Amino acid sequence: MRFIIQQTLNALQLGSVYALIALGYTMVYGILRMINFAHGDIFMVSTYLGFFVASFLLGWALHLPMAVIFVLTLLLAMFGTSLLAVFIERVAYKPLRQAPRISAVITALGVGLFLENFTLATIGPEPRILPQVVPVINFNIGGVAVSSIQILILAISALVMFILDTIVRRTMTGMAMRAISFDKTVVPLMGIPVDRIISITFALGSSMAAVGGVLYGIAYMMDPYMGIRIGWWAFISAVVGGIGNIRGAMIGGYILGFVEIFVAAFLPSTYRDFVAFALLLLLLVFKPTGILGMPVVEQKV
Amino acid sequence: MPLLQVRGLTHYFGGLKAVANFNLDLEPGELVGIIGPNGAGKTTVFNLITGVYRPTEGQILLDGHNLVGLQPHAITNKGIARTFQTIRLFKDLSVLDNVRIACYSQVRYSPLAAFLHTQRFREEERQTREEALRLLDIFNLRRYAQAQAKNLPYGEQRRLEIARALATRPRLLLLDEPAAGMNPGEIQRLMELIQWLRREFQLTIILIEHQMRVVMGICERIQVLDFGETIAEGKPKEIQNHPRVLEAYLGKGVA
Repeated sequence: MRFIIQQTLNALQLGSVYALIALGYTMVYGILRMINFAHGDIFMVSTYLGFFVASFLLGWALHLPMAVIFVLTLLLAMFGTSLLAVFIERVAYKPLRQAPRISAVITALGVGLFLENFTLATIGPEPRILPQVVPVINFNIGGVAVSSIQILILAISALVMFILDTIVRRTMTGMAMRAISFDKTVVPLMGIPVDRIISITFALGSSMAAVGGVLYGIAYMMDPYMGIRIGWWAFISAVVGGIGNIRGAMIGGYILGFVEIFVAAFLPSTYRDFVAFALLLLLLVFKPTGILGMPVVEQKV
Repeated sequence: MPLLQVRGLTHYFGGLKAVANFNLDLEPGELVGIIGPNGAGKTTVFNLITGVYRPTEGQILLDGHNLVGLQPHAITNKGIARTFQTIRLFKDLSVLDNVRIACYSQVRYSPLAAFLHTQRFREEERQTREEALRLLDIFNLRRYAQAQAKNLPYGEQRRLEIARALATRPRLLLLDEPAAGMNPGEIQRLMELIQWLRREFQLTIILIEHQMRVVMGICERIQVLDFGETIAEGKPKEIQNHPRVLEAYLGKGVA
């Protein structure tokens, strides 16, 4: 029983990261009907951004309290990653908005490869770990080991996802995002600046990935290839939850977190990806649009 | 000064001339009709005025300021709204939200204010909601406010499109075949509605319509297009008996 609780905690921790990244895939798909395959690598870059910001703040010898350093690292990583994602959208995707969708998807794959190799060439392949910005305290609750890092990851993920969900649900911008996915031609004729809404979508999605990136960097090692592996799992999360649906992406992220941890706990770890993809295929056979997904009706132009 | 001046508007789709040398001066408060056979370029004129297409040549001036090159949302925010020939509502949004979303440019609150549910957020939300409900009242749609737009009867969907257009607070309203698919009773009520709206909202209106009864009944001036060219313009009476108009609609030899 303790083992199960322990693994559940681990699954929630990993699932939080998947959910945060899955949001970016799902939001961009929701508005542009495009899979941003560079998103996993944007997540990777955000982790490195967090690494540099934290190292810089610590090395600056300002003796800032750790909490301040942590919050600054998080905010600056979110900000930097948003700028990068908005820049990528403007330069690489926007010119292709009228082109067949496959062109933008292939461009996204290219952008992902670029980010990955750029990181590889400039920073190097060796795994790194974020400097310690959170004091590690281990609690023992009824034989279950809980660390301060684990609590922080769960709490911050839940908080930012709650904020995102509330903003998207409550604001006119959120409503505009839904409207754009129905009809991109009519939305501007309602006085809504479509380009700005798209930029906001990329900024929000990538800052969620940056929260995931910094939290990931606190708990695990980073390397330039992490964007592919984690990105794929997050992408599957978004599809399992119903791509285009924000709450679906959150649920999907936690499901994939559970699959990964529990397969590794009970089966040889080489089964991990095999079981995850088998589950994905099974789900898509019975529920092609994912758990919370709506059937997509092609709009006529 | 005219509200809208269109000068030498020309648009090509590839090698096809969709609109050729279109000119129009609109005084504030006028109601002008554009008629012509299918494919004559009427909707293209609307798409050019609202910035959906950028004209190959020509000028479009609103209050003397050029609109060519502005993005559609900027043109809308300068006071031009439209409806569509084929209904283009946000089908999965509620009737109320279809109108609310057109109030986009009137809200100023930040995302943070929305999250924190501040006074300002609540006040602005209340205002847009009230404005949207007032428009739904005018169009007799309030009882459907929470229904999905796609579940409305056809005539109601047409009226909702006009309500949504008005929510952007236009001075110039472009109506693209508002009577399409309506029965004679509905058409009669639509004509009364359009005239009432013009007075109530101090609108200038351009109307594209196939139903001659509507155009002849409420427009002060009519411009006739055929293959992108303006072949006639004048008062409804003059147009009715214009030889080139009869030829365009009925073919050569009749006139």
